Amino acid sequence: MSITYLEAIREAQAKLLRDDERVFIYGQDVGGTFGGAFKATKGLAKEFPNRVLNTPISEDAIVGTAIGAAMRGMRPIVEMQFADFSSTALNQILNHAGTHYWRTNIPVPITIRLPSGGTKGSGPFHSQSMESVYAHYPGLIVMTPATVEDAYTMLIDAVAIDDPVVYCEHKYLYYHLKANKLPDKGLPTGRARIARQGRDLTIVTYSAMVQESLAVAEELARENFEIEVVDLRTVKPLDTDTVLASVARTGRLLCVGESFPWGGATAEVIARVTSEGFHLLDAAPVRINAKDTPIPYHPNLWSAHRPGAKMIAAKARALLKE
Amino acid sequence: MLQTAQRGKKSSAKKAAPHERFLEAFRWMLLSRTLEEKLVSLYRGGQITGGVYIGKGQEAVSVACGLFLQKGDIFAPLIRDQAGRSAFGEPIVDVARTYLGSRQGPMRGRDGNIHRGKPSEGQLAMISHLGAMVSVTVGTLMAKRFHGEKNFVGLSCIGEGGMQTGSFHEGMNLAAVEQVPLVIVATNNHYAYSTPNDREFACADLVDRAKGYGFEGYSIDGTDLSTCLDVIESAVKRARAGRPPQLVVASVLRLSGHGEHDDASYVTDEMKRQPFAQDCLKLAEKKIVDLEMADDATLQSWREDAAKQVDEAIATAQKEAAPDAEKEDWCAISTRELVDQPE
Repeated sequence: MSITYLEAIREAQAKLLRDDERVFIYGQDVGGTFGGAFKATKGLAKEFPNRVLNTPISEDAIVGTAIGAAMRGMRPIVEMQFADFSSTALNQILNHAGTHYWRTNIPVPITIRLPSGGTKGSGPFHSQSMESVYAHYPGLIVMTPATVEDAYTMLIDAVAIDDPVVYCEHKYLYYHLKANKLPDKGLPTGRARIARQGRDLTIVTYSAMVQESLAVAEELARENFEIEVVDLRTVKPLDTDTVLASVARTGRLLCVGESFPWGGATAEVIARVTSEGFHLLDAAPVRINAKDTPIPYHPNLWSAHRPGAKMIAAKARALLKE
Repeated sequence: MLQTAQRGKKSSAKKAAPHERFLEAFRWMLLSRTLEEKLVSLYRGGQITGGVYIGKGQEAVSVACGLFLQKGDIFAPLIRDQAGRSAFGEPIVDVARTYLGSRQGPMRGRDGNIHRGKPSEGQLAMISHLGAMVSVTVGTLMAKRFHGEKNFVGLSCIGEGGMQTGSFHEGMNLAAVEQVPLVIVATNNHYAYSTPNDREFACADLVDRAKGYGFEGYSIDGTDLSTCLDVIESAVKRARAGRPPQLVVASVLRLSGHGEHDDASYVTDEMKRQPFAQDCLKLAEKKIVDLEMADDATLQSWREDAAKQVDEAIATAQKEAAPDAEKEDWCAISTRELVDQPE
């Protein structure tokens, strides 16, 4: 048997609905026989007709409703149809969910699923990665699972956490990534994972760029370079200790993220390593992000806009020569 | 002495004879006016940091919002709802604590002035972004329905300014889709900060929107306490009984600036001569005198009682410690092991 990243997300939600009556799924097209734009909730409304609920196209009110329900003991999972559309719910996510515990001492345990990242032909408004926006604001946990196993266990963990969680699932991984079975338990939330061990260079990355980086590590292994790949798993909290320990082993740091280049998760990693581990570095750290333009529609443009294995490999080779 | 209402026990408003209910509401309005006048004088004296936002002229509508809610109900007040907050059960010492930054207030110095509440007791803590509280109220009501609770209602306040936000529109629409027992009380005080109605909306009457959303709607004169009590009580009852969500639109004039930093010089003399520009507290008091519901000595004793309560609340809050940045728990999430870069 093999299970995809998308099926793992669906299975996690099925388990959550079965195990916990406080859980309900709220979003556009998630209910009925349709089961979501990507089918991440397919079949769940049949089993739980009162807890898998379609909503109007009202991202602000969807998240506001989830916040209110969470205040009164529920554990809502909001599905944004695309991560890009969460921009119209920013106020409720950042200013309401993100501030509520600090202001009132009452946390709001909502999980917001963001189908994130680019796929060919999706264009500027169905391709974005929003993790850096949410990580910037206080009061939110930001998850970026890169494997089928993490997609499953981290979603279950997200719902168990008493604070708001933005769960960034990558659309590019939905069907590509497969596992033989789902684990009962994963690494603790907030702990990064050494996806591949190496001693010549550390690539710190997350989400779909983990798979690209592993491909690069494989390619460079044929050139006798041992690349270590650190999968952050959550960009907030950011596991600085695991990153520093890896840089201590390799002396070289390359950070890869799919979101826009100004600021963001990759910049944060480099800021922390240079600040706390400057002495560990044998060369200036390098970062790779998407280009500073909206995400293009045409595959020729899209594949150049997004960091890919080719670009990562080129930067890694250059950094290894430093 | 009129004590801060104990929700669940204050069935007096529900069952009281009209005169008694009117007098109880009047006393909350009086307490609110007295408290807010004191806050204004503290602000003028430089003793309050940040802003002061008062509900002068809107107390009749506001008190009716708080008065008919019961234990287990949800109240989402906004910035001009001191009367309703008190009638719902907020102790005025918590108002003083929040304005004066006491560590013992519900917001502990982390948020101030009208941004306060106790969500665990059903009073939501508004954020500044208008319209945002409607869908949050809907969510609290859905949670109650999920839990199998019965006989509850939520009331969310808004102004005609907030009614023009996208968030309000989404929240109102979703409330009707979910058929939750919600009452929205919209107070048209004729100015969004300095912007008059003709630059806020172009429909003939805001209450016409009720039909478009699937709400039942009512227009009222917000200066008339009896009308406010009758119509809002009825709306609360109808929502509680399972009727569609209810919209009440009240017409008043804001008898202050947007905040106390604002002299409201943009309010025209013509506007001040409109019937809705009358002071609801003065009208209520005149009615009490005209109908001999209470004599002058009683009215005077109520004024003194309100002043005494306010003085005590302010004195209490002034004695309490301010937050200490060195000792503050700088942690925005409750899951401590997931704090990024712990101090």
